Amino acid sequence: MRVALFITCVNDTLFPGTGRAVVTLLRRLGCDVEFPQAQTCCGQMHVNTGYPEEGRRLARHFVDVFAEYDAVVAPSGSCAAMVREQYPRLARAGDASFAGEVAETVPKVHDLSEFLVDVLGVTDVGAYFPHRVTYHPTCHSLRGLRLGDRPTRLLEQVRGLELVPLPGAEECCGFGGTFAVKNPAVSAAMCGDKVRNVAGTGAEVLCAADNSCLMHIGGTLKRQRTGVRIMHLAEILAATEATR
Amino acid sequence: MSGGTFLGMPAFPRNAAAAVQDSQLRFNLRKATHTIRGKRASVVAELPDWAELRAAGKEIKDHTLRNLDRYLLQLEEAVTAAGGHVHWAADAAEANRIVADLVKATGETSVVKVKSMATQEIGLNEALQEEGITAYETDLAELIVQLGDDWPSHILVPAIHRNRSEIREIFQEKMASYGRAAPEGLTDEPRALAEAARLHLRERFLSTKVAVSGANFMIAETGTLVVLESEGNGRMCLTLPETLISVVGIEKLLPSWRDLEVFLQLLPRSSTGERMNPYTSTWTGAVEGQEFHLVLLDNGRTRVLADEVGRQALRCIRCSACLNVCPVYERAGGHAYGSVYPGPIGAILTPQLRGMGSALDASLPYASTLCGACFDACPVAIDIPEVLVHLRGKARHPRAERLGMRAAGWVFDRPARLAGAQRLGARLRRFVPGRLPGPLAGWTDTRDIPDIPAESFRDWWDRTDGGAR
Repeated sequence: MRVALFITCVNDTLFPGTGRAVVTLLRRLGCDVEFPQAQTCCGQMHVNTGYPEEGRRLARHFVDVFAEYDAVVAPSGSCAAMVREQYPRLARAGDASFAGEVAETVPKVHDLSEFLVDVLGVTDVGAYFPHRVTYHPTCHSLRGLRLGDRPTRLLEQVRGLELVPLPGAEECCGFGGTFAVKNPAVSAAMCGDKVRNVAGTGAEVLCAADNSCLMHIGGTLKRQRTGVRIMHLAEILAATEATR
Repeated sequence: MSGGTFLGMPAFPRNAAAAVQDSQLRFNLRKATHTIRGKRASVVAELPDWAELRAAGKEIKDHTLRNLDRYLLQLEEAVTAAGGHVHWAADAAEANRIVADLVKATGETSVVKVKSMATQEIGLNEALQEEGITAYETDLAELIVQLGDDWPSHILVPAIHRNRSEIREIFQEKMASYGRAAPEGLTDEPRALAEAARLHLRERFLSTKVAVSGANFMIAETGTLVVLESEGNGRMCLTLPETLISVVGIEKLLPSWRDLEVFLQLLPRSSTGERMNPYTSTWTGAVEGQEFHLVLLDNGRTRVLADEVGRQALRCIRCSACLNVCPVYERAGGHAYGSVYPGPIGAILTPQLRGMGSALDASLPYASTLCGACFDACPVAIDIPEVLVHLRGKARHPRAERLGMRAAGWVFDRPARLAGAQRLGARLRRFVPGRLPGPLAGWTDTRDIPDIPAESFRDWWDRTDGGAR
C-alpha cells in the first residue's frame, strides 16, 4: 500500500513537529510513507472565505498530486473534511473529468485517527506519555468527519496517560479560519469560555487532531498564562519511553 | 412603539462586539439557550426514528418546493371553496397594503396579533401604524418586546434577552399605556408576571374585532391552516374576532394532512423541547360569523427558490433549534443579526431574501465559524454551513482581502513558492511583532501568535530524506 502524507500547509509551515510525529508514528506501525513534495494547500481558507475559484484550482492541484496513491493521511480534521465535503461540491461546478477524479481520490483521504483505527486496525500504537491530558474534539472532526470516539480510544491506550474529560468539549473554540479575524470579539469570547473549561480540568496538556484550533486555543492559553501546553494527537501517539 | 426598522443597523461584527460586552445579556442568553438545548436533546433522543423523521421532513419540504406552483393553486382553490378569500402579495409593500385595506374595510382601528414571523419580516405593525391602525401583540414574549419598545431577538423566544426583573419593570411602566395596567405590587415571580399579562390580554381579546395571524403550515389538499403554540393566546385571536387575516409565506405549504404527522413531531421537539405543543389550532376557510382572508407572501421567496444551493433554506419550519445550539448566537445575541431571522438560519435566509447589497447583509454569511452544530440540530436537515459558504462565494469582498487571498493563492499554486515563503518567514521570524497591524490585530488582541519554526516540514523532509538521515 502506497501511503502519502498530506501534511497540510499550516502544519508544514507552523507545526512541522506534528508532521515529523506522523512520520515516526506511521513508520513504527510498519507503514512505508511518502511525502509528495508538490503538495501545497487543500484550499479551505479560500473556499470558506468565499473564493471558490481559487479553491477549485487548489483542489485540482491536490487531486493531481494525490490521485496515484492508495491512501492519503492528513493530521487535520478540518483539511480532511474540506477534501471530503467540499471537493465534490467544487467538482460539480467544474468539468465531468474533474468530478470523476475527485470521486476516485476523495475516499482515499483519511484523517490520522481514522487511518489508524479503520485502515490499520490499531488502537494501541505503543505510545507512552505520562501526563494528564484533556481532548478537544474540534468541530470538523466531530461533525464533518464523524470521527466519534476514535481519537479518545487511541489516547486511552497510551501508557501513563490520564485522560480527563473536557466540559463543553463539543462546542466550537471560535477559530473558524477567517472568522477569528472577521469577527474577533465573538471569536475571543468563545475561546475565553473554551480556555476556562480547559484550565478547569487541571490537565497539563490540551490535545486535538487539528493544529488550527490548537493554535487559536493555545494562543489564548499562553496569553492568559495558564501553563497548559497544546499538543497534536500525533505528537502524543508518537511519544514512547525512548523519546522521554 | 418603535417606528424604525432593522435596516440601517451596522454590520454584524460591530453589533456583536458590543453585545459580547453586555454581561447581563450574555448570562441571560447562555442560561436560556443551554436550558432549551438540553431539553431538546433529551426529547429528540427519546425517538428511535428521529433520523427517519428528519429525512421525511426534508423530503416532504423538497417535494413541495419543487411543485410549489401546483400546490399553491390547489390551496387557493380549497380555501376559496371553503369560503375564504386568497390574496397574492409579491413583496412586503403589497402585503402590508392588502392587510391595511382589509382592516380599514372593517372600520376598525386596532387588531390583535398571533405571533408571526412573516408579519415581522414585512414590518406589518409599523405599516399599519402609518395607516392609523394599532397592532397589539398577544404572545407573551412579543408583548414584552412590544411594551419594551424593543426588537425581538429570537424566533421562538423573542424576549430571550430579558430576565424576569427586567420584564417586571417593563410591565409596571408600560402596560397602562397599552390597556389594562399591571397590578399593584407586581413581583418578578413567573406566575405573577404571567397573570398580569393574562389580565391585560383578556381585555384586549374581548374588545378587538380583527385579528392578524401567520401559520406554521398550510395544507394544500384541504386549504387548512395550522398554528402551533404554547399559551392559548393564538387560539383566542383565531376564534374570537369577526375578521381573521392570515399572512403566510408561500413556502409554508404541505401537500396533505398525512404530511402534518411528520411535522407535528419534528417542530415541538426541536423548538420548545416538548413532546407535543400545548395548542394546535387548525382552520379551513371561513367559519360562521367570521370572515377569513389569506395573504400569500412571496417577498423574495421565488428568487431564493431559483438558487440550487440556497433554496434549502426555504425548508425552514422556524423551530429555532439552530439558534439554541449556535455558539455565535449565544454570544452575539439576536439583535446583532439586524434581522427578524437571527442566528444561523437568519445568516442564510436574510441575505437571500433581502440580497447582499447592504454592509449588514453582506456580513451575515460570515457570522458563523462553520462549526456545523446548526446542521446537526436542524429537523429538516438544512445544510446551513453549505449555504453559508455558497453565499460567501457570491458576496463582495473587501479589496485588501481580495489581494491577500490572491497572494495566498499565488503562493499555494506552486510548491516552490510555498517553500520560498516558508524560508523567508523562518528568516524573519525574530522580527514578527507580538501585536499585528490591520485586520490581524483582532487576533493578537487576545491571543499570542505561534512561534514560527526555523525549518518547515518540507525542508526537514528534504534535509533528512524523510527522517532517514
